[in-house]
Amino acid sequence: MMLSRVANSIYWMSRYLERAENVARFIDVNTHLMLDLGLSVEETQWYPLIATSGDDEDFNKRYATADEKSIVRFLTFDDKNPNSILSSIYRARENARTVREVIPVEVWEKINELYHLTQAHSRKRSVEALQAYYTEVRQSGTHFAGMMINAMSRGDGWHFARMGQLLERADKTARLLDVKYFLLLPRGEQVDSPYDNVQWGAVLKSVNALEMYRQEYHSINYRDVAQFLLFSKLFPRSVRFSLDYATVCMEAICEQQPNCAALNDMKALRTRLMEADATALIASGLHEFIDEYQLGLNRLDQSVYETFFKD
Amino acid sequence: MSLESYKTEGFFDELFASDGVPHPAAAGLVEQLDALSRADLKRRQKQAEDILYQSGNTFNVYGDKKGTEKILPFDIIPRLVSAADWAKLERGINQRIRALNLFIQDIYNDQKILKDKVIPAELIFSSACYLKPCEGLSPPKGVWTHISGTDFVRDGDGEFYVLEDNLRCPSGISYVLENRAVQKRILPKAFQTLKVRPVSNYGDHLYKTLKFIAPEGKDEPNIVVLTPGIYNSAYFEHAYLAQQMGVPLCQNSDLVVEDDTVYMRTTQGLKQVDVIYRRIDDEFIDPQVFRKDSLLGVPGIMNAYRKGKVALANAPGTGIADDKAVYAYVPKIVKYYLGEDAIAQNVPTYICEDDKERDYVLANLDKLVVKAVNLSGGYGMLIGPKSTKAEQKEFAEKIRAKPRDYIAQPTLSLSRAPTLIGNGIEGRHVDFRPYSLFGEDVFTLPGGLTRVALKKGSLVVNSSQGGGSKDTWVLGEENYYGVAE
Repeated sequence: MMLSRVANSIYWMSRYLERAENVARFIDVNTHLMLDLGLSVEETQWYPLIATSGDDEDFNKRYATADEKSIVRFLTFDDKNPNSILSSIYRARENARTVREVIPVEVWEKINELYHLTQAHSRKRSVEALQAYYTEVRQSGTHFAGMMINAMSRGDGWHFARMGQLLERADKTARLLDVKYFLLLPRGEQVDSPYDNVQWGAVLKSVNALEMYRQEYHSINYRDVAQFLLFSKLFPRSVRFSLDYATVCMEAICEQQPNCAALNDMKALRTRLMEADATALIASGLHEFIDEYQLGLNRLDQSVYETFFKD
Repeated sequence: MSLESYKTEGFFDELFASDGVPHPAAAGLVEQLDALSRADLKRRQKQAEDILYQSGNTFNVYGDKKGTEKILPFDIIPRLVSAADWAKLERGINQRIRALNLFIQDIYNDQKILKDKVIPAELIFSSACYLKPCEGLSPPKGVWTHISGTDFVRDGDGEFYVLEDNLRCPSGISYVLENRAVQKRILPKAFQTLKVRPVSNYGDHLYKTLKFIAPEGKDEPNIVVLTPGIYNSAYFEHAYLAQQMGVPLCQNSDLVVEDDTVYMRTTQGLKQVDVIYRRIDDEFIDPQVFRKDSLLGVPGIMNAYRKGKVALANAPGTGIADDKAVYAYVPKIVKYYLGEDAIAQNVPTYICEDDKERDYVLANLDKLVVKAVNLSGGYGMLIGPKSTKAEQKEFAEKIRAKPRDYIAQPTLSLSRAPTLIGNGIEGRHVDFRPYSLFGEDVFTLPGGLTRVALKKGSLVVNSSQGGGSKDTWVLGEENYYGVAE
């Protein structure tokens, strides 16, 4: 049991940190992908990253070109973009500040440090100059998660933090898959070409999934990648895994609440995912499925808010 | 670096008896400081600042839209209080707090002290801190000021004088605890040799005090800290204290009053609150009773308090006893209620409301410090010897217009303490605020906030005016650090 406001803050603290980490990883992997593909600066594809974030409308309104410089700025340090790394870390810190009394001191200090680091880097503009920063953001995410795992009692504070992290992940992994599927696949003749495999390898890498994927499927093709990222029961960034464990957290939170609306909605979403036939889905309409799933996630977000956070 | 060349320049110094000669109690510390090179000292100073910045112990600078955060400047050379000095301070504070509690209880109930004409009744009823809604109230266990901080300065004679009683929401205790945590990392060896008394158990004492005032029958009371919110300059401290006690930190929106009972909104519905350590000023705490325009408070909380459903620390109304004009009467208050002479001495104070004393003040503005009774933080002050004729004229007009609002005191020769300045160690003026808790008994934490005026010659130590702080080591007879902390 905890204050609703505090539960809300700790949930968003952890969600924003996960978001910052994801954006940093996307950018990082995209850079490596461009190098792998041997593309010249003019040919590089940066726009899919904006599509991944779901903020393309805002970007198109405020930026004239979709080149590396503007996209890196938009995703990393643009304080008008609510989902930039800078905005996410800023909000994570603001939320952490309001829950300082319930989180381990080291966790607060880590977030505070990351915030100051972001301020210090925020004048740099090129990916090259920012490599070390992105690495730091990713490592901080892991560091943060590790400190929570090792230092926080498994009470409501923990469950809200973990649920925030997992729901963010359940959203980002699906979105990434969708965007890559949409943008990278339209040229039918390239399916299963080496070019295609490199791209899907990059997708796996951007969710730290490459090694785990190989152990299960050995070689890369988009059907297996989709299968793995959506339905793996064992991989901690898959949509299925994220929902499974978010449900565990929600069950713990709702232990004293019979007929908890948010739990019911979460279970419904998870059931739909588990009932989906992966092979048929990929053949018929992955995009449509993910679209519908994302609407379900939005409903769940609203339901979490209504059940726990609203006055 | 050698402290042999350190000059006291005629001031009473907290570490040195005379140029290059430490007080006996400080000899061990001075020896250790002497052994450090200049570069080493500077490195440690930098390290301390980094730790404070990293831990986010910052305060927001009001009026700065960009949300600039600053650490309270920290000086790594501690200030020492000898065991004998501390014993006297402790007795003085204890006596003062007991007397002031009896005074507040009396003022809001029988008003015997006014009927006996020990204090002019007009002085009380004209105070902005006198709260009519508190008339007839008696807080649980008769305690009004559960948490307080008494400001002391040391004059040229080496004597401690009370400058001010802070009986409402004194801040700064978190700096005491954090400064100590940092200091232990900066000069670890010194602690073992000096028998410094520990401060880290403050949270336990605070919790015990709050638990003591819980309504009858609440064996496991639900205690919370109430903060105005994240934009308050002392927010760090509010969160820190909640964390030290392991209790929820609430904002007004977290609390709701139903049927004269206070509840907090949790993920599992409403849960009753029994004790509130509120860090919101009286006039903002309940818009139904005090300021109607306040958005910080909790409507109905005063009714719940009146009915004994919830305990508030500190009790509303305590401000009447730390009104700067009432301050002048504290020695009489001690005598009246306890029949004892005050152990902790006041700084002589002139009350401008009094015709004779006002004439003296107006004739001696160039020698006195004038303070507005309702302002703090170093605002609304005239420091006579450092003021211009124009400033004196301005204050003379203010005093004549509203004499009740001003008091004056002679300028003291504030003691100094060695402080790391640039590349050397120089004397800087300091004050001292120990913190006390009043529950079952009066407990004063053996330590306190030493504020230091970092500007050469300056007497103003407030953080809003460029002051910093030092760790304060109260020395004991036993080696405390050998066993605990």
